[in-house]
Amino acid sequence: MRMLQALADAFAMIGALDRDVLSIVGLSLRVSLAAVALGCLVGLPAGALLAIARFPGRDAVVAALNALMGLPPVVVGLVIYLLLSRSGILGPLGLLFTPAAMILAQTVLVTPLIAALARGILEDSERELGEQLRSLRLSPWHRARTLLFDARFSLVVAVLAAFGRAVSEVGAVLVVGGNIAGSTRTMTTAISLETQKGDLPLALALGLVLMTLVLAVNLAAGLVRGHAMRAYG
Amino acid sequence: MDPFRRRLLALAAAVLVAIPGAARAQERSITVASTTSTEQSGLFGRLLPAFTKATGIAVRVVAVGTGQALDIGRRGDADVVLVHDKAAEERFVTEGFAARRQDVMYNDFVIVGPKGDPAGAAGADIREALRRIAAARALFVSRGDKSGTHAAELRYWRDAGVDPASGQGAWYREIGQGMGPALNTASVQNAYLLADRGTWLSFKNRGELAILVEGDRRLFNQYGIMLVSPARHPHVKAAEGQAFIDWLVSPAGQGTVAGYTIEGQQLFFPNARAERS
Repeated sequence: MRMLQALADAFAMIGALDRDVLSIVGLSLRVSLAAVALGCLVGLPAGALLAIARFPGRDAVVAALNALMGLPPVVVGLVIYLLLSRSGILGPLGLLFTPAAMILAQTVLVTPLIAALARGILEDSERELGEQLRSLRLSPWHRARTLLFDARFSLVVAVLAAFGRAVSEVGAVLVVGGNIAGSTRTMTTAISLETQKGDLPLALALGLVLMTLVLAVNLAAGLVRGHAMRAYG
Repeated sequence: MDPFRRRLLALAAAVLVAIPGAARAQERSITVASTTSTEQSGLFGRLLPAFTKATGIAVRVVAVGTGQALDIGRRGDADVVLVHDKAAEERFVTEGFAARRQDVMYNDFVIVGPKGDPAGAAGADIREALRRIAAARALFVSRGDKSGTHAAELRYWRDAGVDPASGQGAWYREIGQGMGPALNTASVQNAYLLADRGTWLSFKNRGELAILVEGDRRLFNQYGIMLVSPARHPHVKAAEGQAFIDWLVSPAGQGTVAGYTIEGQQLFFPNARAERS
């Protein structure tokens, strides 16, 4: 019964384009997409370089990177909180309880995930192309770029996994953002708040809105990927 | 330009577009660290628009437990602190993190429990009620989160001469969470708990719970407000923060507090003294 009510509420909310809900959805998207974009800028090249590099202790680095995929969001949030707090080293920036702080925290969360997944994907294509690339005597950086370009369609899944982790986490954004209404309240912190207030149907409805959103982003990515593969694959 | 570089540029452009949009800050705004009871009861939803309308200053509220709210103030991450644990607030002033604290309003605590009241705790005497709950070994949910409500609960147990730690792991359950989660837990387990009336009245998932103990003068719950000391943290927006405090203790602010009701019940009772030092 409650599920049905929540479902009806969720569709009513989406249908009515409730302004508060829209701004919360917008913030969630903006923060998580920015974090994923920043994470890609660092994580993809890092993963590619690790895929082609051979050095002593590489297995340990790979294991450590894979372990970082399991970074607990609350811990990341707490560390960023202490750094950005007025009493922390980055305090003068005044970024605590702003969306910028939330982007920073989520970037820390998703960068290792992107790097680790990219490393796994690119190691496979390195197995196919590596010989050829090495015989061309390309620099490691050039080889990394070639691998990234070659595997670009497979890497979409790493980017989507990172987006999924960012947009669904609540621990980090709650701690560094403060869940301030109209300013740093995201879908997940709003859901957590409504649960605390005992308004379970509303919390569930917001949860459905979030899942619809994630599904839409994934569908869009699938469409773009399919189109690009046909055009350039 | 090769495709890889182009994609990198597109990514960088996307980030540049996203970040300034996300980091946009309000012109005149203050950050207030306060408690879940003031936020989740809906009081701020009534209070803040009135203040912003009167002064043009936007208020950003971080709603956490009293202990954490004071810590946010100590670190200089809020301009104003509005909480409810007088002893802890006075310590905050003594430590030099605020120049003074002012009374703003009070509400009261109630003991909420299963309608059937298996421990026979109902009445108007908080000490007797707690003794009966302990004697019956009836389930009791404690916030356990160093919040103002948690501090008050521990005080009442002391007054009642009962050590709830003896029931730890059995009938006494510390959950380490806010008022809402504590109410949710009690609702599922049909347990007793101490709640502030405001959060209780605005709480929707009551299940079989009802107010059993109320009206004891000891259950009085005072809220105080403090400006974080600009001497301690120079970036504190002292003028705007003080404007918020002045408005809240003024007849206009006090009237707005008194005018907030749920189901016809007044949640908070203004009691600021008019004097200013």
